[in-house]
Amino acid sequence: MSGPRGLLVLRAGALTTVQDRGRPGWAHLGVPRSGALDAGAHALANRLVGNPVDAATLETTLDGVALRALAPVTVAVTGAPCAVRASGRPVAWGEPVWLPGGAELEVGRAESGLRSYVAVRGGFGVPAVLGSRATDLLSGLGPPVLAAGTLLPVGPPGRDPARGADGAGAGAGAAGSAGAGAAGSELVLPLRLGPRADWFTAESIAGLWRSGYRVSALSNRIGLRTEAGPPLRRARGGELPSEGMVLGAVQVPPDGLPVVFLADHPVTGGYPVIGVIPEGPPLDATAQARPGTGVRFVRAGRN
Amino acid sequence: MRALVAGSEGLLLEVDSAAQVAALHAELLRRRAELGPVRDIVPAARTVLLDGVREPRALAERIALWEVPPLAGTEGPLITVPVRYDGPDLAEVALLWDVTEREVAGVVGSLVFRVAFCGFAPGFGYLTGLPERLHLPRRATPRAAVPAGSLALAGEYAGVYPRSSPGGWQLIGTTDAVLWDPERDPAALFAPGVRVRFEEAGT
Repeated sequence: MSGPRGLLVLRAGALTTVQDRGRPGWAHLGVPRSGALDAGAHALANRLVGNPVDAATLETTLDGVALRALAPVTVAVTGAPCAVRASGRPVAWGEPVWLPGGAELEVGRAESGLRSYVAVRGGFGVPAVLGSRATDLLSGLGPPVLAAGTLLPVGPPGRDPARGADGAGAGAGAAGSAGAGAAGSELVLPLRLGPRADWFTAESIAGLWRSGYRVSALSNRIGLRTEAGPPLRRARGGELPSEGMVLGAVQVPPDGLPVVFLADHPVTGGYPVIGVIPEGPPLDATAQARPGTGVRFVRAGRN
Repeated sequence: MRALVAGSEGLLLEVDSAAQVAALHAELLRRRAELGPVRDIVPAARTVLLDGVREPRALAERIALWEVPPLAGTEGPLITVPVRYDGPDLAEVALLWDVTEREVAGVVGSLVFRVAFCGFAPGFGYLTGLPERLHLPRRATPRAAVPAGSLALAGEYAGVYPRSSPGGWQLIGTTDAVLWDPERDPAALFAPGVRVRFEEAGT
């Protein structure tokens, strides 16, 4: 391959970041996990282009992104379903797409859901910080948010060529199941009570199962905020000394409205955690919930 | 020690004091191999979180049998950090401590702190070691921007801001030490368990 490899950002979109599987293992130094919010859609995009699942992809927010391939590349778009065009011509969403050098990739507005993922064969080769290329919007680690004119380098193809550009049978159907399961409909979140459920009255926990909330427009990569539901009431006074927070923790600030901690959440927090949403499809679904989407918590058993 | 499950792979161990957290954290690091897979060990004010573990309940039962020895005061690496005592809250702190501004450096310099835990920002350590009579309230109005390198006090803690950020702690001085550098190993100068002495710069 000759000439510069890489993709030039033509239109950055509302909020597009480089993401991978984040920075696990550094929480004790105050470093958030970060990484793709919809981990399943991120992994699928990588598989479609023959990358290892920890290769860096782009995570868009609502209105997609436009890129120019400076050299031939294979890309795939998953997550929130959207129109995908290559130099103006419609191409498949959820399948590998080969782009000749100079072609423009237009990832359109999400038809449902919120975040689409763009993988390129070889992965986006921006410099890694603490082993990850993810942009962490809480701590500022990782590359800056995409801006028009940014040149995104592409890494060497991964060691999985057998599952390369033909997609190896993983097609749009699989992308749909991994990408947009809860989009548009009610978000049903299994909640396993603890570690601080005893800070709340039994009545208000009973009310949590009976009532619905809505996704607040203040939600971001740090947390999915809820509104328009009954506030959880504390069974005790006092302050909780700061303690470690896990991904998917449902923290309850003084206003009583649950906040689901997502990838860029702070590693410690001082409000009680009533319960935890498990990683995998339930937490991935939070990444695709638009503001205004209904939220219901259902009790998950202990194992 | 109380053990609280946090999701399917998190275990929150709760004790009664910062000293017990330090002892438990040190023991968990010493016996890490016995824990099985664990992604993060996160000490905090009264807890240590084990995240990314298998079967947290069974693990809690095993750890409950541990004899956790108290931490010796000399355990952990000791670093010396030069400080210029030029903070905007120096006079206020001197007043609250009933010393002169000049004497604040001596009071702080006579103490050995320990990084109890990190949080707030990468490389921001919460340092214990202030005797209770020196505990300070936060400022009534937080500052929108605290300069990087500010030595600050609040409640039972001391800390140094690794980068400019909003903050409500009392600022007593400044250091040129690099608190956070992801290219360095370790990235955080103040990692949990590190002991810290603040020395007046230029003395």
